Amino acid sequence: MSVRSGLALPEAGAAVAPERVSSRRVEAARRRRLTVQGLRLLVLVVWLGSWELTTRIGIVDKFFFGMPSGIVQRLWTWISEGTALGPLWEQVAVTMEETVLGFLVGSVLGIIFGVALGRNRLLADVLSPYIKAANSIPRVVLGALFAISLGLDLKSKVATASILVFFVVFFNAFQGVREVDRNLVANARILGADNRRLTTEIIIPSALSWIAASLHISFGLALVGAVVGELFGATQGVGELIYYAKNNFDANGVFAGMALLAVVALVAESLITALENRLIKWRPNPVTDVAI
Amino acid sequence: MAPAIELRNVTKRFLTPKGGVYTAIRDLSLSVAPGEFCALVGPTGSGKSTTLALISGLEPPSEGEVEVFGKPVEGVGRNIGYVFQADAVFPWKSVLDNVAAGPRYRGASAREARERAHDWIARVGLAGFEDRYPHQLSGGMRKRVALAQTLINSPEILLMDEPFSALDVQTRTLMENELLELWAASSASVVFVTHDLEEAIALADRVFVLTAGPATVKGDYKVDLPRPRDVAEIRFQPRFDAIYQEIWRDLRDEVLVSYERQKRIGAA
Repeated sequence: MSVRSGLALPEAGAAVAPERVSSRRVEAARRRRLTVQGLRLLVLVVWLGSWELTTRIGIVDKFFFGMPSGIVQRLWTWISEGTALGPLWEQVAVTMEETVLGFLVGSVLGIIFGVALGRNRLLADVLSPYIKAANSIPRVVLGALFAISLGLDLKSKVATASILVFFVVFFNAFQGVREVDRNLVANARILGADNRRLTTEIIIPSALSWIAASLHISFGLALVGAVVGELFGATQGVGELIYYAKNNFDANGVFAGMALLAVVALVAESLITALENRLIKWRPNPVTDVAI
Repeated sequence: MAPAIELRNVTKRFLTPKGGVYTAIRDLSLSVAPGEFCALVGPTGSGKSTTLALISGLEPPSEGEVEVFGKPVEGVGRNIGYVFQADAVFPWKSVLDNVAAGPRYRGASAREARERAHDWIARVGLAGFEDRYPHQLSGGMRKRVALAQTLINSPEILLMDEPFSALDVQTRTLMENELLELWAASSASVVFVTHDLEEAIALADRVFVLTAGPATVKGDYKVDLPRPRDVAEIRFQPRFDAIYQEIWRDLRDEVLVSYERQKRIGAA
């Protein structure tokens, strides 16, 4: 069918050959996906290639900026021979443990306090200036305090990570509770829900989409907290590995540590998305509900 | 015998966010007999929804008395059902859990609540949709869920706040007929708020016309059309027309007042 006749008789064309039209559309979508992936690869090649090239011919000093091949080499040495602090997996495991614990402690406390303050107007009014003040100071510096008071092991890092996580989750849970649809609350009360039921069956499920959105950001912050905690003083972990590399003027080591953290963060992000989909499966899914 | 619902000289004021006082209802009195189907009509913003909130116990009156079956209303009563204008079914609960919510909140075991919910889901014509979430249903189906959710508690007082205003005309007529059937099988007194006079006459035994806010009762009309009624057909009866014209004369003035006010606010 020519384009011209297709334009003249759009409805007849669609009715006669719906299969062909849709298969052509599928084909176009597939081609687009390939194009996007190809261009992504190109960006990576250009970026790493120019980095490698400029450092190799000496325009950029590889002593300060490292070079991709050196970073890969450093990673391989860490994997095959272990790091200066011990086997690589141990460093990753230590940092992961600190991050996950800090994330859990911070988000559980954030949800509890957020829901409590969201439900209790008086408590919220009394505490709000203190919370705002606490939120406005750069809390990472508390890591230094924790390193003094809690020592160089796990506890100080978990504390740093959880304080970063707490405020993000807290504010989202608080807002989520405040934004609950008043109609839903009225309906639940008419149907006979008492205060406890109102909290567990209406307020918390309704606030969950706010809370879930905050978990993405807060896991990243937990990782920041753990690594900063390690920078303030530690014996193991990816942050300590970066610190050690920095002390040896090893730019490749710093970049290699960063790459490790990026991988950890990406894996965690996908886990949280899976968790989110489980928690709020009642929500319309914007991806599957879109008609092709 | 005590009336099912009695409001005596009720006034309701709200504090506006700017610190002013807004009077939604002033000196309103009305009473509804047991088993009676009443409609409240009035221009938009005339305190119809506020009247329902007072009867339900969700809001206390500022002045005057609100009584249900001869007892003053204190908090949300257990014999009240309330169908809201906006969607108020719980989006994170399946149809089954939505309908079972009332009995569960009122102390029934999970099994009993589910059994009764199955029964009511079938009665509103949603059998087979028990596991769906509200976002997977059409607007009309969600309204059926809301009806089942409310009626499963066998309320003696049924309050409905423009429940069908968001539906298309065909679905609306269907739902109105179903409501009349379900109501006929119960002994509930109904207060049905609407701004649609045709809907009010087609459904109700009695129509109250409210003034443009602050609301008070301007007229109280008996609708002596025979039951059972078919909402789609009753509109063609000559008696329907006569009642319509009688009430419309009253309502028109209030609608005009309300319209002029809105124009003034819009111009300011």
